[in-house]
Amino acid sequence: MNKKGLFGKLAAAPHILWAVLFIVGPLIFVLYYAFTDRSGAFTLKNLTSAFSAQYLSVFIRSVVYSLIATLLCLVIAYPVAYSIAQASPKTQKILIMLIMLPMWMNFLIRVYSLMSIIGNAGIINSMLKSMGLPELSMINTPGAVIFGMVYSYLPYMVLPIYTVMSKMDTRLIEAARDLGCNSGQVLSKVILPLSVSGIVSGVTMVFVPSISTFYISQKLGGGNFDLIGDTIERQFLLSNNYNFGAAISLELMILILFCMTFMNRFSDGNESGGMIV
Amino acid sequence: MKHLSRIYTLLIFIFLYAPIAVMILISFNSSASTYVFSGFSLQWYKMLFHDADSMAALRNTLILAVLSSVIATIIGTLAAIGLNSYRNKYLKSGIMLITNIPMMNPDIVTGVSMMLMFAFVGGLVGSRSSLGFGTLLIAHITFNIPYVILSVQPKIRQMDKHLSEAAMDLGCTPFQTFLKVELPSIMPGVLSGLITAFTLSLDDFVISYFTIGSSFETLPIHIYTMTKKTVRPDMFALSTIIFIAVFVLLVLSNILKVDDDEKKRRAIKKQLKKAEKTAKKAVQ
Repeated sequence: MNKKGLFGKLAAAPHILWAVLFIVGPLIFVLYYAFTDRSGAFTLKNLTSAFSAQYLSVFIRSVVYSLIATLLCLVIAYPVAYSIAQASPKTQKILIMLIMLPMWMNFLIRVYSLMSIIGNAGIINSMLKSMGLPELSMINTPGAVIFGMVYSYLPYMVLPIYTVMSKMDTRLIEAARDLGCNSGQVLSKVILPLSVSGIVSGVTMVFVPSISTFYISQKLGGGNFDLIGDTIERQFLLSNNYNFGAAISLELMILILFCMTFMNRFSDGNESGGMIV
Repeated sequence: MKHLSRIYTLLIFIFLYAPIAVMILISFNSSASTYVFSGFSLQWYKMLFHDADSMAALRNTLILAVLSSVIATIIGTLAAIGLNSYRNKYLKSGIMLITNIPMMNPDIVTGVSMMLMFAFVGGLVGSRSSLGFGTLLIAHITFNIPYVILSVQPKIRQMDKHLSEAAMDLGCTPFQTFLKVELPSIMPGVLSGLITAFTLSLDDFVISYFTIGSSFETLPIHIYTMTKKTVRPDMFALSTIIFIAVFVLLVLSNILKVDDDEKKRRAIKKQLKKAEKTAKKAVQ
């Protein structure tokens, strides 16, 4: 057994080395840049200037948009996950693959084809026009940005909820019915509590990419509704202010950590929800 | 009620696939508009295959995806095996916590943090543009490893420990045991990890965006550069091809999984039959 143990430890060594160099290392650099100025001297200015009125509104907007998008995803995805879990095992497999498939479509192109649909000269408007109805201006609004988030990340919500529901003991539902629960009560007293862990992981999986996106807001918001992601991107690739960019990234990480800890208090933690793959 | 939920699910699928259908339709557009479909033509596919930039980007993406997924699969599989033999619970969960950081962190933070490190190290070495294929490869391997570990780990837990013990008793070295006994039994997990890593690498935009530098392009980056200007339908044609390629990969990996399940079912049936026979003998 000892020999085996030695090989085991050596087997994990390349990964541990890699993780220290390229996972822990970069995070240390985020800390370093966030707490220093251009000359390398210690400062808190980067972190505090993220709380100026201009950036505070960006933070609040990101949180509000991504919370709305997450909530919408939950409301839309929950019945879908439920009805997929009700199907026969073979159909379930196919339906879940169909849910996953759009995620593998190039994300940028998906957002871009949303533009083709809701754009001012887009498909919906040309349909309205041909029916003689007034055209709508949908793109470049907060609604369009939230719509883009819901569209892009909806599968991330369906999958974990479905995973939990497909493992659910159906006898519990039958028992609840036998004991006189109506459909509403079965949902609120049995199904919903049993699927909390799936909801929690779905919410995290939608919330994290939503709050940190920059492409969706650029394309569907027309650049009028800056999110945290846009701010970070600009600091790194346009204004070359790495220190401020690192500070915002750090604050974004803390914000997400805070939200996730808050979310995890809702789940009992002993059941893990589904993963993406 | 049942009809209602079916109609609802159907509507959601339409919602999910409408933009993709639009994209596929417009890739066959006879005009250059990405808004109005004016007629069927294959000109954008022809144009795509004659466009040197797109083809170079495609080649870069494939090289990157193959290299990063293979390296990540090797490191990740070894790590999953190694971690399984750790006795110290805290050490194990500590390592897993760090391993999962790239999965939990938003992509933009992962990308930016790597960019900072590469820029800093590059600055120390004195090279002006430290970003390039090397840094991109490192980034892709890094975000691929957790997914490989995630798909190999359950297979290791299901693995029959007695088999590797028997192999060692019969004189195999630990490495031989790994190659001849352990690796074959976790192969389905390794393969699905490899495929996941490959598709993730193929599709990644955000992390690449911050670690690629300006010397060359991958497909998602190429598409991004195009969407900054006006997009021609040839990008839609390209995405249609990728979509179909990924679809094939996904079907393949599903078939692998089904095969695996089928094998297990057969093995269980065999065991049941054996047990039945022995039980019958015992009764007689």
